[in-house]
Amino acid sequence: MKDFVFHRPSTVAEAVAMLKARDDGKFLAGGQSLLPVLKLELAEPTDVISLAGVPGLRDIRVDGDRVIIGASCTHDQVARSAEVKAHLPALAALAHHIGDAQVRNRGTIGGSVAHADPAADYPAALIALGATIKTDRRTIAADDFFTGLFATALERDELIVAVHFPKATRAAYAKFAHRASKYAVVGVMVAETAAGVRVAVTGAAGVVFRVPAMEAALSKAFSASSLDGITVATDDLNSDSEASAEYRAHLIGVMAKRAVQACA
Amino acid sequence: MPKLTLRVNRQTHTIDCSASTLLVEALREQLRLTGTHVGCDTSQCGACTVHVDGASVKSCTMLAVEAEGAEITTIEGLADGDKLHPMQAAFQEHHGLQCGFCTPGMVMSAVDLCKRVKAPSEPEVRTWLEGNLCRCTGYHNIVKAVMAGADGMNGGKP
Repeated sequence: MKDFVFHRPSTVAEAVAMLKARDDGKFLAGGQSLLPVLKLELAEPTDVISLAGVPGLRDIRVDGDRVIIGASCTHDQVARSAEVKAHLPALAALAHHIGDAQVRNRGTIGGSVAHADPAADYPAALIALGATIKTDRRTIAADDFFTGLFATALERDELIVAVHFPKATRAAYAKFAHRASKYAVVGVMVAETAAGVRVAVTGAAGVVFRVPAMEAALSKAFSASSLDGITVATDDLNSDSEASAEYRAHLIGVMAKRAVQACA
Repeated sequence: MPKLTLRVNRQTHTIDCSASTLLVEALREQLRLTGTHVGCDTSQCGACTVHVDGASVKSCTMLAVEAEGAEITTIEGLADGDKLHPMQAAFQEHHGLQCGFCTPGMVMSAVDLCKRVKAPSEPEVRTWLEGNLCRCTGYHNIVKAVMAGADGMNGGKP
């Protein structure tokens, strides 16, 4: 790993100013994505700006019809949160199956979302639930946030401070996990909120996506059999050592049905 | 080179350490605490698991500077003098190892589980150990050892 200067800002504003002032800085949250990237020298920042000392980013609270999760909340914290379990149990369950116990003890929701790994679990939840991402300067709808492979709508020096999730009438996430890494080979979140039914797929393509045909069918009749015969085109799906595009297309159908069946 | 103060196994150490030094490098190469192993170095195998403020983490995927101000416990810090920690004793008793390479990480991970769940079920143990890979044993005796270790730690009470 190339060496860098390590910074410990104590406010959001200070953290953002530090990054802005440097040509090649990186925010560091739990480091479970960033450190592997640095070790592989896929990124070689001159400055690493730790968010560990920034207060107010680790709170989880319920505000009316929303659950607000601070960006520095670890996956373990989300999985065990009484508020999340009460109001969005599907999200708590999703967080409980990210990576493994050690990764969940360090990795954060803000870090995962900002990294935008195409096989990460959280993007499916953000899209299916219609979450919004609160940054130091604005609010971004999840629909506008994930723009491509490891790409987001964040500006270079923009910092996620929280993710706002609407409560769901029902929701569930079903994942076909990679055996070693536990990343999603295919993960499907099905959710019904005040905005309607959504089906979001992660792991299968370069970026999380929705399946409108499934959403329409479930809006008419919310049952697994409504998804019979609905297929996803293989054109944009990943083919790699884990699964071919054809197999992933098949898994999307299977995982979507499992998610529907798991919806309380 | 920047100075770094780390609190490891109830002792305070000040070391010279670049910002990019991994926690496991600081532990093994500077403090010579070589009980913590590096298996994959890609945060999959869990041989490098240590506790940071009581939570199990992969020390190959954390910077040493991030651990400043925290209480770090490595496998060397578990026993009470010559008296093995109940989880170590259970691994010995149930032969929860063959080559032993993964064992420090297994034990540290298991202790974290059994502090949270007093009497974990077999599926809970197996699920929890997803972040720790063993290439010898097929996990059978490891799982047995963890369940016995939970009894040893928590007096067999749920």
